[in-house]
Amino acid sequence: MADKILKKLNIKVWRQNNAADKGRFETYTIDNISGGSSFLEMLDILNNKLILEDKDPIAFDHDCREGICGTCSLFINGRAHGPDEDITTCQLHMRKFKEGETITIEPWRAASFPVIKDLVVDRTAFEKILQAGGFISVRTGGVPDANSIPIPYEDVEESMDAASCIGCGACVAACKNSSAMLFVAAKVSHLGKLPQGRVEAKQRARSMVSKMDELGFGGCTNTRACEVECPKNISITHIARLNREYLTARLSE
Amino acid sequence: MSSFLSASIGKKFIMSVSGLFLVLFLAVHLVVNLLLIFDDSGELYNVAANFMSTNPLIRTIEPVLGLGFLVHILWSFILEYNNWKARPVKYNKKNKSATSSWASRNMLVLGGIILVFLVIHIINFYWIIRFNPHEMNSITIGGEHMEDSYTLVADLFKHSLVYNIFYILSAILLGFHLSHGFWSAFHTLGWNNENWMNRLQIIGKVYAVIIAVGFSVIPLYFFIKF
Ligand code: HEM
Ligand code: SF4
Ligand code: FES
Repeated sequence: MADKILKKLNIKVWRQNNAADKGRFETYTIDNISGGSSFLEMLDILNNKLILEDKDPIAFDHDCREGICGTCSLFINGRAHGPDEDITTCQLHMRKFKEGETITIEPWRAASFPVIKDLVVDRTAFEKILQAGGFISVRTGGVPDANSIPIPYEDVEESMDAASCIGCGACVAACKNSSAMLFVAAKVSHLGKLPQGRVEAKQRARSMVSKMDELGFGGCTNTRACEVECPKNISITHIARLNREYLTARLSE
Repeated sequence: MSSFLSASIGKKFIMSVSGLFLVLFLAVHLVVNLLLIFDDSGELYNVAANFMSTNPLIRTIEPVLGLGFLVHILWSFILEYNNWKARPVKYNKKNKSATSSWASRNMLVLGGIILVFLVIHIINFYWIIRFNPHEMNSITIGGEHMEDSYTLVADLFKHSLVYNIFYILSAILLGFHLSHGFWSAFHTLGWNNENWMNRLQIIGKVYAVIIAVGFSVIPLYFFIKF
């Protein structure tokens, strides 16, 4: 069956020339969008139209367009990555919207994610958190034999679940406190559940949390909005582990 | 230590420990208060109230309880202010109910109303019983002379509809505060995983309902019966 065509949509989108600009909403109309196209394709079509009209196209982040890189963002109709579950914006289909609807598009909003232009925000803060402890300090050398380090199945699974974080920032965007706890917790579980990463686990939790605080992210109040909006379905039970690692590290000092 | 108290997880640790302490206090408070409706002569309640205000252990815990409230309230403002600062430009359109529970988003509002109740509650009962701004009726039970707290409490519940409504409303809001707060406190301490998530949430909801219903039936009992 052919995809349904949305004859008319109103796109209300945040426009901001640069970081210093105050910014404003602008509303554009767009015709004949296939329900099978992705949200980003819809924006491409709109941008084409804007370019032909000699207007500045809307800046938005994207790269892989298949849900694995974490580059695309957008707060769509009040939700991070829009109205679908466990997906990134590049995986969002236009069939999720209604004929004639006004779609509101905003950038991620957080003090630690300043807007660069329009819908593009600066997520360097995540890199800084990773630099603070999101790694394992091993001596490089020959690859060890896989079977020489036994790891229980459950630990591998939990570690790999956490490792699926793509650093998109939806957790921060969805959280009422702009907290980066789910992101940090994912790293702490991913590395700390494996024997090689276990060695530095306590120090890692300490350093990453203090970096997160320093960068101006808010604190977690367990509202669970992050895990609902996380495209990789990362559970807040990792946050419980982060709390555990952090508290035992601090209270045993 | 000071860096721990101002760290995000450190602040939550304070909220959690003080909150759990208050959770424990509420349970004791409810058990004592329920004596109000199980003995219309008031003897049972008066004896319990007298025990609470003379027992040395309870006397020493009392300032700790005051401190617990103070710390919980103070830190809640610090924490919420910090979190509010983390998003200077707000969203224009939000669909918050799609992703989180109402109670979890409104802990400060719920806590604020509980605080207003707490102040009135202290003025109405605790202040009068403990510091005797005016002479209270006294009563002799089993040869021991004590204040007639029962009459003080029962009179208010019997005669003031407005007070009863406010009291019940506060109990219900406290229930909402706890429906999120209870499991959240354990989660904050790191005591949670896939298995315990549901269990903690269920125990928390049961506890919240017991607190809300338990405190509500007391004024209802007096108002309807007398
Ligand atoms: C008897 C009264 C109270 C009890 C039993 C209680 C209990 C709790 C518990 C168990 C938590 C969860 C802590 C955590 O998530 O780690 C909590 C959180 C909170 N409480 Fe209370 N509380 C009471 C009164 C108050 C008052 C008077 C206020 C403020 C004026 C308040 C404000 C808050 C706030 C803002 C939170 C949110 C923290 C968060 O979600 O992370 N509470 N409370
Ligand atoms: S935890 Fe989920 S929402 Fe947060 S950055 Fe990672 S993938 Fe994105
Ligand atoms: S563009 Fe890579 S995840 Fe969306």
